[in-house]
Amino acid sequence: MTGLEGVGRWFWLAAAAVALIALPWLMPNDFYVNLASQILVYAVWALSLNLLVGFAGMQSLGHAAYLGGGAYVCAWLIANAGLGHAAAALLTVLIIGAMAGLFGVLALRASGLGFLMITLALGQILWGVAYRWVDFTGGDNGIRLPSRPAPFGLALNQPAPFYYFALAVFAVVLLVMWRIAQSPYGAALRGTRDQPRRMSALGYNVWLIRWSAFVLAGFWGGVAGLLYVYYNKFVSPQALSLQQSAEVLIMTILGGVGSIIGPVVGAVIITLVKTVVSSYVDRWNTLLGVLFLVVIVFMPEGVVPGLRRLRRRFGP
Amino acid sequence: MQFWVIQTLNSLALGGLLFLLSSGFSLIFGLMRMANLAHGVFFMLGAYLGVTLLQAGVNFWLAALGGGLLVALLGGLLERCVLRALAGNEQGQVLVTLGVSFIVADLCLVVWGGDPIPLSPPAGLRAPLFFMGLAFPTYRLAVLFVAIAAAVLLYVVMERTRIGAMIRAGVDDMAMARIVGIRVSLLFTTVFCLGAALAGAGGVIGGPMLSAYPGLDSDMLPLALVVVILGGVGSLVGSFVGSFIVGGLYSFGTALFPDLAYFVLFLPMLLVLVLRPRGLFGRTLA
Repeated sequence: MTGLEGVGRWFWLAAAAVALIALPWLMPNDFYVNLASQILVYAVWALSLNLLVGFAGMQSLGHAAYLGGGAYVCAWLIANAGLGHAAAALLTVLIIGAMAGLFGVLALRASGLGFLMITLALGQILWGVAYRWVDFTGGDNGIRLPSRPAPFGLALNQPAPFYYFALAVFAVVLLVMWRIAQSPYGAALRGTRDQPRRMSALGYNVWLIRWSAFVLAGFWGGVAGLLYVYYNKFVSPQALSLQQSAEVLIMTILGGVGSIIGPVVGAVIITLVKTVVSSYVDRWNTLLGVLFLVVIVFMPEGVVPGLRRLRRRFGP
Repeated sequence: MQFWVIQTLNSLALGGLLFLLSSGFSLIFGLMRMANLAHGVFFMLGAYLGVTLLQAGVNFWLAALGGGLLVALLGGLLERCVLRALAGNEQGQVLVTLGVSFIVADLCLVVWGGDPIPLSPPAGLRAPLFFMGLAFPTYRLAVLFVAIAAAVLLYVVMERTRIGAMIRAGVDDMAMARIVGIRVSLLFTTVFCLGAALAGAGGVIGGPMLSAYPGLDSDMLPLALVVVILGGVGSLVGSFVGSFIVGGLYSFGTALFPDLAYFVLFLPMLLVLVLRPRGLFGRTLA
């Protein structure tokens, strides 16, 4: 799926892996390591949404429900129910997966823009619950996570260990997405995007394929939510906001819909722009809106497919 | 008893506001096949313009008219200059309206600041009416009246006039409407401006109840979405009925279970989606 063939492809993959592993030594200070961790969290999230937007061709404007939902459930289970990290993480992905199952049944009652509106409404309802149900969610004050987990006795409190933890999760998600893209299931998913009626005539259960993609996207979105709350050690309604859903959608679209590396590139670009801009001015929302306009009007296919097209035209 | 009177009137007034907001949203969706996610921000901008116009000493109802017209101007610009460039790419259009809503909301924050600004209702409507020993908030009655008047007017325009017939033709079958010589692109602009004007005027009229505050847009947009999901896309009757259902649920929900007001909205939406996905009065969500 990267468009590079044979030996060259493995060379670049290996080079990227080495660079990612060496990153904490290459960065001048912890700020940049933390920034890289944030990018990895958002990349996992964008990859999960890409299952829907890219492979299944369904645009969701409620994907913050899974990042914020995962973060809330995990923080609540640990801070208020007193669970350990392992049990909390397991329960979180199960709950978020089940929620995605329910939301998927509802959202898939419609397609196209109806789907987009229902996902948006569901996401906003979740935001409203987190914001208003103060006794349960802490309202605007959010929930604080007492500590980061320590898987296999590795403390993740320092920037570099957390970075490696996020990198490991990212690698797993990347591998899963790559396997899905290569699998017959991935092909069927793309089939339901391009030719739903033909797929249906061929005997595929289009609804089930779409629903399973919705659940998978929600599940991995919940994993991103775990990373998010581990990184921030805090979650507030902001994590469930429409702005978050819009950010992850623009990451996916900006990088290039349907490719695996696209959402990662989008996550890198958006997170960098956001961090840089936010350190100078307070107008990130305006810039996000302008990015939407520019990307949709001038770069509808995204950066990665656009570059790939240029490479095919001018490359060797 | 007084509680129920107040809450019922609150419900009806909120339902009226939601009708002003969602009727335009629904018509735009029905005709242009795109969800205008800037509709919430149109409402909020209307409320803020109302603040400024009232501070300038303009009469309240003239301010509502002025707010509606200014927002309609913005809507016309958006439709002509941006959405037109993306004709045929509905999902792209939706995302662009979302981008515009972020920009406008952020600029509102710059211009009017972060604190909620209440709008004062017209002088004659501030004191409550007393009837049978109960107090009726006059302004809410007036909002309800305005919304019903707007609904009747819209209904007459849609059902009894040439332009209404053209809009209905466009909603039903755009290709056929084009073939019989209706200038559908002009209809797009008309309906978009009309929807924006209704939302903007609704913002001013809702100001005394809701105030103008950052986040008003993202509070109102989901309500409008739920109205349209309930009532059905492109249906005026659907958005009327849906508005009062949502207004009632939300007002009583906020009063009786303040924590779960949003959750109360979720249930009817769930029921309608499961039992009747095209909405109570609409065609299939496409």
